[in-house]
Amino acid sequence: MRKLLLATTAVALTAGFASAEDIKIGVILGFTGPIESITPDMADGAELAMAEVNKSGALLGGSTVTSVRGDSTCIDSGAATAVAERQITSDGIKGIMGADCSGVTGAILSNVALANGMVMISPSATSPGLSTAEDNGLFFRTAPSDARQGVVMTEVLMEDGIKEVAVTYTNNDYGKGLADAFQAAFEAAGGTVTITAAHEDGKGDYSAEVGALAAAGGDRLVVAGYGDQGGSGIVRAALDTGAFDTFHFPDGMIGTDGLASFGSEIDGSTGQAPGSNSAGAAAYAAMAADAGFNGGNSFSGESYDAAALIILAMQAAGSSDPAVYKNHVMDVANAPGLNIQPGQLGLALQALAAGIDINYDGASAVELIGPGEAAGNYRQISFTGGKDTTVQYR
Amino acid sequence: MLDILNSIVVLSNYVLIPAITYGSQLALGALGVTLIYGILRFSNFAHGDTMAFGAMVTILFTWLFQSWGITLGPLPTALLGIPFGILATAALLLLIDKFVYQFYRRQKAAPVILVIVSMGVMFVLNGLVRIIIGPNEQRFSDGERFIISAKEFKLLTGLKEGLAFKTTQGITIITAIILVVALFWFLNRTRTGKSMRAFSDNEDLALLSGINPDKVVMVTWIIVAALAATAGALYGLDKSFKPFIFLQLLLPIFAAAIVGGLGNPIGAIAGGFVIAFSEVVITYPLKKVLKYLMPENLEPTGLVQLLSTDYKFAVSFTILLIVLLFRPTGLFKGKSI
Repeated sequence: MRKLLLATTAVALTAGFASAEDIKIGVILGFTGPIESITPDMADGAELAMAEVNKSGALLGGSTVTSVRGDSTCIDSGAATAVAERQITSDGIKGIMGADCSGVTGAILSNVALANGMVMISPSATSPGLSTAEDNGLFFRTAPSDARQGVVMTEVLMEDGIKEVAVTYTNNDYGKGLADAFQAAFEAAGGTVTITAAHEDGKGDYSAEVGALAAAGGDRLVVAGYGDQGGSGIVRAALDTGAFDTFHFPDGMIGTDGLASFGSEIDGSTGQAPGSNSAGAAAYAAMAADAGFNGGNSFSGESYDAAALIILAMQAAGSSDPAVYKNHVMDVANAPGLNIQPGQLGLALQALAAGIDINYDGASAVELIGPGEAAGNYRQISFTGGKDTTVQYR
Repeated sequence: MLDILNSIVVLSNYVLIPAITYGSQLALGALGVTLIYGILRFSNFAHGDTMAFGAMVTILFTWLFQSWGITLGPLPTALLGIPFGILATAALLLLIDKFVYQFYRRQKAAPVILVIVSMGVMFVLNGLVRIIIGPNEQRFSDGERFIISAKEFKLLTGLKEGLAFKTTQGITIITAIILVVALFWFLNRTRTGKSMRAFSDNEDLALLSGINPDKVVMVTWIIVAALAATAGALYGLDKSFKPFIFLQLLLPIFAAAIVGGLGNPIGAIAGGFVIAFSEVVITYPLKKVLKYLMPENLEPTGLVQLLSTDYKFAVSFTILLIVLLFRPTGLFKGKSI
């Protein structure tokens, strides 16, 4: 009898040990490159979710999650796929929180994630092309497609009475996708796009590009670029030559150091970036402030949500195997179920363990539609007195 | 009449002023390349990164002066930093010459070997600059931004179009003129300058007539350092400083030097302006200019642009090819390559 008791406890103990594992999650963001000033707040957001889960100890029989950071560079697909490959083969990650920019995200998805059956949840890849990319149900994003951003931009400009704009975009998947989506929406609403011209990042001089934009004319210049790169170069040249006084900035520009350097020179400009005024956003901002980073920065909340969704889907599936938990991402993100706010991840894990459905709302009011992308909430921004202020949420 | 004035203003604002500024920067760069080709007899691929190094030292000294509170009032503080940039670049180039190029010169190595060696030096310099100042964009301009800004010009003249003339553009043009005049005075009027030209024309004859080759080489490197550091600092001041930009700048600089005629200083200056003007003019859409000049019903609906701005660098390539095909020695008689 005693022997039997000992044996069963031993079995129970080993079983307990076997199921509790250290789950590694890749955080692949452009820590160097054209959006390097916003990625630290994104990575901190993702790691905040992981720390919260570890503290609760409720994941898969006491498992812990560890972040493995990797540099996507935002623009170099070769470097990004190499990083993802290394994380899967040598670090043994079970999911990817990333990547950030659309081009590298598409490259990792088609070259690495599909081949290895790895789940990817991107917090910031917004190219409309990713909606239709082949993904075997492995790819999700907590950022909306730019098809939606194009519509929001059109609404903002139209309400300001702007009917004629010039558009310049950074010459990559993100810029081209956004420019096309915006042009289609703007023209459908009765506006005129005088010129759509690409610019290359990393050049010293953008006066020729601005010359062409100025020749075409327009009431406002839409700069679908990166704030730490060519986007601010274009704005600098346009201001210097007096070609344009006001601009419209999509998400790649908002919150970057490059844009902040213009101060009150860009007063009267407008912009938008993903964001929502849900209770979750405020709660998240407070949590981020406690943890010592800026949760209000672009895509920081989306990063927290992306990491949280990976972990919650694992819990719902009862497994950290990507092939199994990929089918549960949509379930935990959407209704029906218990509404989950930032800071309630422990509660969510316990609910899932008890077999109760959850509806993860998180920092960005997550609602995944279509092929697994956010429906999209945007923060409309106007620039006055050298600062960006939130006008309203759309 | 007003229409004609407006069209002239538009053309000056987007074509003439940027092209003249860019041309001056290219001319200073091309002069350095052409001097090395004429006297040391190889194409120096490290020239772009020499410019980056000079600009970097200038920036570091500018920051130092700014932290001490020393400024030049309306002028950028960087002007004070440039002499130090030149000194540091000269020291660097002389060191490189002593430890790298001298060895190959003594071996009487073929020019193509020196070209490859200079590419090695280019990578080392590029790395050095990025290690010291980092790969990011640096801003170091201060003082008055504009001699006249677009808004002031509109208020002043009542014209519909604005004309902006930046302080840095003015400084670039004036500095380039001063440097070029000084260089020509030196080459044509001084004993050392004449010995350099003699050395360039015929090395053996120059050696026979008692010219000290080591001194010629040293003076050449010092002049090249002055040109490169000034060109780099002016480009960074007027546009922006990023270490990688100077690598991209190498193509138009070489195009300018070759189009003008390698080894010919006048050719380098002419080449710089030819390249700059063609790059800017060919990619500039004339719609706005023609709008003022043409009668109302003939206004163009398209952009009237010969080439998209994406193809800017292709313009320098094309001109280079055409010149090499029809006039291998360049517009002004240089050495054929």
